Amino acid sequence: MAFMGDTMNPAPLWHNGPTPGAFYNFPGNSSTYGPGSHPASDFKAHSASPITTTTTVIGLKFDKGVVIAADTLGSYGSLARFRDCPRVMKVNDLILLGNGGDYADFQYLKDIIEQKIIDEKCIGDGLQLKPRSLHCWLTRVLYNKRSKMDPLWSNYVVAGIQDGEPFLGAVDKLGTAYEDAAIATGLGAYMATPLLREAVDKGGLDEQGAKALVQKCLEVLYYRDARAFQRYQLGVVTADGVTVEDLAEITPRWELAHMIHMK
Amino acid sequence: MSSIGTGYDLSASQFSPDGRVFQVEYAAKAVENSGTVIGLRGKDGVVFGVEKLVTSKLYEPGANKRIFHVDEHVGMAVSGLISDARQIVETARSEASNYRSQYGIQVPLKYLNERVSMYMHAYTLYSAVRPYGCSVVMGTWTDYEGPQMYMLDPSGVSFSYFGCAVGKAKQAAKTEIEKLKLADMSVKDLVKEAARIIYLVHDELKDKQFELELSWVSEATKGKHELVPREVASEAENLAKQALADIEDSDEGEM
Repeated sequence: MAFMGDTMNPAPLWHNGPTPGAFYNFPGNSSTYGPGSHPASDFKAHSASPITTTTTVIGLKFDKGVVIAADTLGSYGSLARFRDCPRVMKVNDLILLGNGGDYADFQYLKDIIEQKIIDEKCIGDGLQLKPRSLHCWLTRVLYNKRSKMDPLWSNYVVAGIQDGEPFLGAVDKLGTAYEDAAIATGLGAYMATPLLREAVDKGGLDEQGAKALVQKCLEVLYYRDARAFQRYQLGVVTADGVTVEDLAEITPRWELAHMIHMK
Repeated sequence: MSSIGTGYDLSASQFSPDGRVFQVEYAAKAVENSGTVIGLRGKDGVVFGVEKLVTSKLYEPGANKRIFHVDEHVGMAVSGLISDARQIVETARSEASNYRSQYGIQVPLKYLNERVSMYMHAYTLYSAVRPYGCSVVMGTWTDYEGPQMYMLDPSGVSFSYFGCAVGKAKQAAKTEIEKLKLADMSVKDLVKEAARIIYLVHDELKDKQFELELSWVSEATKGKHELVPREVASEAENLAKQALADIEDSDEGEM
């Protein structure tokens, strides 16, 4: 009679199921995967740190306009990975925009800004976005993102002509914004701003002088900043409009390295 | 009309026994009451000309425009009920914008036309909605495909054209367009022709006031759709007025 099993001690009627009268959670459903059943240490937020990054962007006002410059290197950590990452963009006839930080975040926002400009043209009233408005809008976008603990990891430099006057403003990834006659982000904030401010305080900067000074700053950064690159982009905005010049290159001067002796 | 009283003209979702959808035909009639719109596709671009009828002197000049930007590279000229047309413009804009955000390039007109005409067609299928009372012409110029132009009907049908006309005087306009050697003409010449044709087909007795709207998208505008600059437009308009005066003079001479 083995087939009847142990009739004196029968196995429980109900295995691994819900306790009668209680709620039962099937294994593998949302309640076991939800955040409630995991400690915070199980999570890692990947968006809270940049991946492909660019370095300094420089902006400088002169008597009749503003100049912006930035090199074209996209770094992957310390690896100089992408050599052609342009990040000085013409927004419209009044605005020039420069960026430094996570390159993907810049590309994302660039597409949104470009669509904004198309939408504006579709309205067809001939009005154009002005630099101060874009600057303010960027503070709202970046501040909102950081308030969601998911910042767009970028510094933006907005240059333009606001009602006939040169405008230069910066926004960082937290939404902190300011206007100044000279702006440099990233490592340039430490190494280029003193050079720029010295010239601004002296006064009398014209377009040629401003361009030359910005190029000088890029050169200094090229020697000192390990994430900088010799190829760069320079843009100018004046009342005549916005131009982004062709890529230019710094010629390395090895005589500066006279302390180094190659064997 | 054969449809009146038969009961088959109340819904867009029902055929009549002889195989027609009357609601769609009525929508086409709505377009025929509107000012004439022409589209000309030349060798280096597309030109739109619109006879915008001004129904009240109290409107500001330039009110109720009938030429729209859809995207940087696409223009749209509309005929029929303006409010219906504006919704089509809005639909086209969002299609163009979606395409741009998904694929990172400007929407090909062939694809945009497909999307917009299927949207219009959907409004010929259900009893709960009426068809759009407008026809639209879309045009673009790209360096890889050259000029392209499509005209969409309220039925959702669309074709690619060298030259097209829609609205009140579409027959007269088509006759004029057929006289042109469109494939050999540049947009500079087509603007003058467009202005001339619109002035020619305008019926001064029935509709007193109208405004001429002109736009183009061509190689010269770098593939961007733009309103024709004021100097060029007024030159074309003056030539059109002159041509019309010449015809009237010669008519009087014959009498």
